[in-house]
Amino acid sequence: MSEQAEVDYRPMWEELGLDLETHDALLGAVGQLYTDVYLTQEDRPEAMGYLDFVMSEVHGLRIKELHDFRAQGGKVVGTFCLYVPEEIVRAAGAWCVGLCAGAEFGYDAVERIMPRNTCALIKSFMGFKLTKVCPYIQESDLVVGETTCDGKKKAYELLGEVHNTYVLELPQMKRPQDVAFYRAELDELCIELEHLTGKTITAESLRTAIREVNDKRRALQRIYAARTAKPAPISGKDAMLAGQVAFYDDVDRFTQMMNKLGDELEQRVADGSGVAPANAKRVLITGTPMALPNWKLHDIVEKAGGIVVGEEMCTGSRYYDSLLPEDGETVEEMLDAIAEKYMGINCACFTPNEGRTEDVVRMARELNADGIIDYSLNFCTPYQMEALAIETAAATSQIPTLKIDTDYSAEDAGQLSTRVEAFLEML
Amino acid sequence: MRVLGLDIGSRSVDAVWLEDREVVDAAIADSGFDPAAAARTLVERREHDVIVATGYGRHEARKAYECSAVTEIKAYALGASALFPDASAVLDIGGQDTKAIVLGGNGKVLDFEMNDKCAAGTGKFLEVMARALGFTLEELAAASLSAERGVAISSMCTVFAESEVTGLVHRGEDRRAISLGLHQSIVKRTLSSLARIDARGQLVFAGGVAKNEAVVELVKAGFSGEVVVPQESQTVGALGAALSAFAEMD
Repeated sequence: MSEQAEVDYRPMWEELGLDLETHDALLGAVGQLYTDVYLTQEDRPEAMGYLDFVMSEVHGLRIKELHDFRAQGGKVVGTFCLYVPEEIVRAAGAWCVGLCAGAEFGYDAVERIMPRNTCALIKSFMGFKLTKVCPYIQESDLVVGETTCDGKKKAYELLGEVHNTYVLELPQMKRPQDVAFYRAELDELCIELEHLTGKTITAESLRTAIREVNDKRRALQRIYAARTAKPAPISGKDAMLAGQVAFYDDVDRFTQMMNKLGDELEQRVADGSGVAPANAKRVLITGTPMALPNWKLHDIVEKAGGIVVGEEMCTGSRYYDSLLPEDGETVEEMLDAIAEKYMGINCACFTPNEGRTEDVVRMARELNADGIIDYSLNFCTPYQMEALAIETAAATSQIPTLKIDTDYSAEDAGQLSTRVEAFLEML
Repeated sequence: MRVLGLDIGSRSVDAVWLEDREVVDAAIADSGFDPAAAARTLVERREHDVIVATGYGRHEARKAYECSAVTEIKAYALGASALFPDASAVLDIGGQDTKAIVLGGNGKVLDFEMNDKCAAGTGKFLEVMARALGFTLEELAAASLSAERGVAISSMCTVFAESEVTGLVHRGEDRRAISLGLHQSIVKRTLSSLARIDARGQLVFAGGVAKNEAVVELVKAGFSGEVVVPQESQTVGALGAALSAFAEMD
């Protein structure tokens, strides 16, 4: 993917301890995939050029930025989950990056240390680490994990043996005492991060971070709002990419570029122009997060003539749906608000979790979705278990659902295409 | 309008020619190693105005003949309800996959289930097991029908079941009992698929495996409603694909 790059990044990659040969193979595969999935689309918004550029430099320019930041004493914090508040990481003066977990890579090494029947996301992040192909984790001074599921909880013990890792405990229920518990965990996280960066989290730094990250989420909300229009002004693939890149790009630049995309989409909506015919079947996807470069389901739906209009996932609405108050006076007050906000996100790791089914039905209505695809990675028990609740709630609202359990491999692409096409025919 | 419905499956390519919704011809060819060539022979066999493709080769056909394509789910639903207007469910066991469909009126699909990436319990499974027993497919069905008891087969995986069958033969187990056990294991899986989508009422059993009387008998015994098998069970998909061209016009 470094075709556009004039700069030779190899010395930097070597310095990071990447396995250059394997890394070349990965970049080649991802570049080819991006071309097939993204660059074959028609009528893409011009502002998507920015994300094309970001993707072409995904292991280049962005890594160079992280590298330079660290050379000047900056710290980078890697995360795998949106329950690690980016606002706090930034308030401590560090940069927050989402880590690679969306491709089948290094499974042979992974299966030596963890069971084969572990979800693709966990196997993927461990595979990237063990085969030394993820520059983001190599640039991470600290990885902050979380206890969202049994698999991740135990995987962080293994990751901790090969990387500096800190684990934030996330409660499993949402009672007041659980929110208080998470709030106390945030205090611990602040101490850990202040220790890492040598800086103090002040009311000023936290307020600024809240404002910056709010702005980023607002830009993504604009894209979401534009997708409620018929015809849809942007493909689901492109819109989801924005949600994926949000995890690791420079915050201010990303916000600015996504607002440009928002302007363009709003113009398209005003003009009544779109990327798919007005009668294309509109699909809302819900379920487990789709980490870069997992574009499998969106690609299948859109190549079958459907259009994905929304994602109720961590790489989607759960990430940008709610904002924080920007007028906090004290650090304590703002941390209280952060605890409230994050504990309000409806992930299947909580019990009970009725809020998620309500979100799904509300979004399906807002987005004028004709159907819902409930997507789970195999062995992701929380989401697979919640599939029934989603299906039942959708049926009550007379929205058809299709349930898909899959992984990152292309092995089931043929069968999945048939099922998705049949679902679209049925709508 | 003369329409050719083409069902390009993993084991056979099936064709049905319609003239104004009436069947005027039908043919079945072996997919062999080159299903596209098998399809072309059928396409050239008779004049037509429009082609509609279905089956796993539908997208290749769509490109080759610039025609439209529908999924096997839709094709079987339309084909089965044209043959049996009272049908409320369809079971199609093909060479590589199994589909269970619940129908609304006029061949509309209300719900469906397909096996995922594994071919366990399909026509291919039976082919491999017949070979392991030294039978043809017809002999396998006949042996099963004449069996007084079935041996429980624990593996659903084609590869493991084959080893299991070989082991049973070595131990001197009656091949008829093994045959019945194999059919029972397929049907058990199929019935649970039908139960999951709440199929009831009249069930149309189609696809290549519906020609196997042993499987048909077991499905009839295990399913709550009436089970009907079309005379030409293998061309139901091709018929449905062809009919979809008329449905578009309605």
